[in-house]
Amino acid sequence: MSTPLSNLPPIDSLTYEQALAELETLVGSLESEQQTLTEAIALFERGQALAQHCVSLLDQAELKVQQLTSSGLTDFTPAE
Amino acid sequence: MAQLPLFSPTLASACSVTDLTRYLRDLLESDELLQDVWVQGEISNFSRPASGHLYFTIKDKGASLRCVMWRNNALRLAAMPRDGEAIEAHGVISIYEVGGQYQLYADLIRSAGEGALYQQFLRLKARLEAEGLFAPERKRPIPPWPQSLGIVTSPTGAALRDILHTLQRRYPLLQVYLAPTSVQGDDAPPGIVAALQALNQRVQPDVILLARGGGSIEDLWAFNDERVARAIAASSAPVICGVGHETDFTIADFVADLRAPTPTAAAELATPDQLELREAVQGLSERLERSMQSNLNATRWSFSALHHRFQQQSPRTRLQTGRQHLDELSHRAILGMLHSQQLHKAQLTALQHRLAALSPQGVLQRGYAIVATPAGQIVHSTQQAHPGDALTVQVSDGAFPVRVDNSSKLPNNG
Repeated sequence: MSTPLSNLPPIDSLTYEQALAELETLVGSLESEQQTLTEAIALFERGQALAQHCVSLLDQAELKVQQLTSSGLTDFTPAE
Repeated sequence: MAQLPLFSPTLASACSVTDLTRYLRDLLESDELLQDVWVQGEISNFSRPASGHLYFTIKDKGASLRCVMWRNNALRLAAMPRDGEAIEAHGVISIYEVGGQYQLYADLIRSAGEGALYQQFLRLKARLEAEGLFAPERKRPIPPWPQSLGIVTSPTGAALRDILHTLQRRYPLLQVYLAPTSVQGDDAPPGIVAALQALNQRVQPDVILLARGGGSIEDLWAFNDERVARAIAASSAPVICGVGHETDFTIADFVADLRAPTPTAAAELATPDQLELREAVQGLSERLERSMQSNLNATRWSFSALHHRFQQQSPRTRLQTGRQHLDELSHRAILGMLHSQQLHKAQLTALQHRLAALSPQGVLQRGYAIVATPAGQIVHSTQQAHPGDALTVQVSDGAFPVRVDNSSKLPNNG
């Protein structure tokens, strides 16, 4: 992978789509390219963290609903 | 009026009521207009017995028409007609022979305004279609993973509840923006237009759901409004339209980038399923582990190959090789030494033999003797021996004394 790992954004700041897209690229490069062992281990660890991040985003996600009003946005709680 | 053969005076007997009625029935049923007719009027004497068939009368100021609707058609009605309701009924005119009554066998009933609305719908649809508003190339793709989603619907309707449940179940990562509006009545079309514009201008969602639950065609009429159609076409975000039930088609459905049969289906079409997302992550995790494993295996393999080569070069191996060489050399040295010893031994023996051959002892053993003076001088010559001299004679195994005979005539002395 061309970007040095140290230049990548912190995983906590990634959205689900960003994390999954990076994971896909990372797995692809780990599968196809020759890295040094150190690089491979760093990629592997980042990959695991990305996968874990994706899963925990899904686990913790609560639909955020906001309503457009004339003055701005307000949280919307649907009536059950 | 031309005389009918049935009533010919030449016939001997009158025809039966049944024959006459059948004749009339055939006559009515052979008339194309009467076999495909819409009649409008007000319902009265409505009844629905246990059989499920509907019986009623349609009347206006001047006349009334008996009607029947069979159960299978009645089951398809969206709403039961009521007495006093202005309706339009479609069907065929025929005769109920037992009662001797002509009546309408209805297969469709719609409320009176519906026909005009439908004509209006068809005209608008044709016009917008001619303008290219429904063209497939205008349809924008729905993003597979929207991050934000706008909803244009009533804040109190079942449609919103269904949509929010579906979104929470499938894709809870979404940011949802609700642009509430009425979806029914005269203020619905401008309300829907304003909601679409507000979403596009203020929050720019990745996709917009335009939704309403089921209802009568009048209830859904706002979605056949030209202003709504043009607002959908002008939306920056792609619009998924989920209005009414599966069988309801509105102009909004045709203009929208995607048509969903129901509000719930619209929410499903707008979002990926989180089960699929989890499977995708799982699949990537497995590929990650496999490729790391194979990377480690390759590294391990090349390490052990290298390690083997390294060991070949290590001092210990070199030492062992040297030691082995040394062993070999010393073995060869010992062998060589032994060999040379034997050689020397043989030479020595030979020398000893030669030496022994030269030794006076050997001569003595052959019988010779050595004569010496008491002073130890060997007597080589008669000159050295004088009568009376004591001499020593050495033979092979020892020595004994002798004395030169006094009478001896020694050649050199005499």
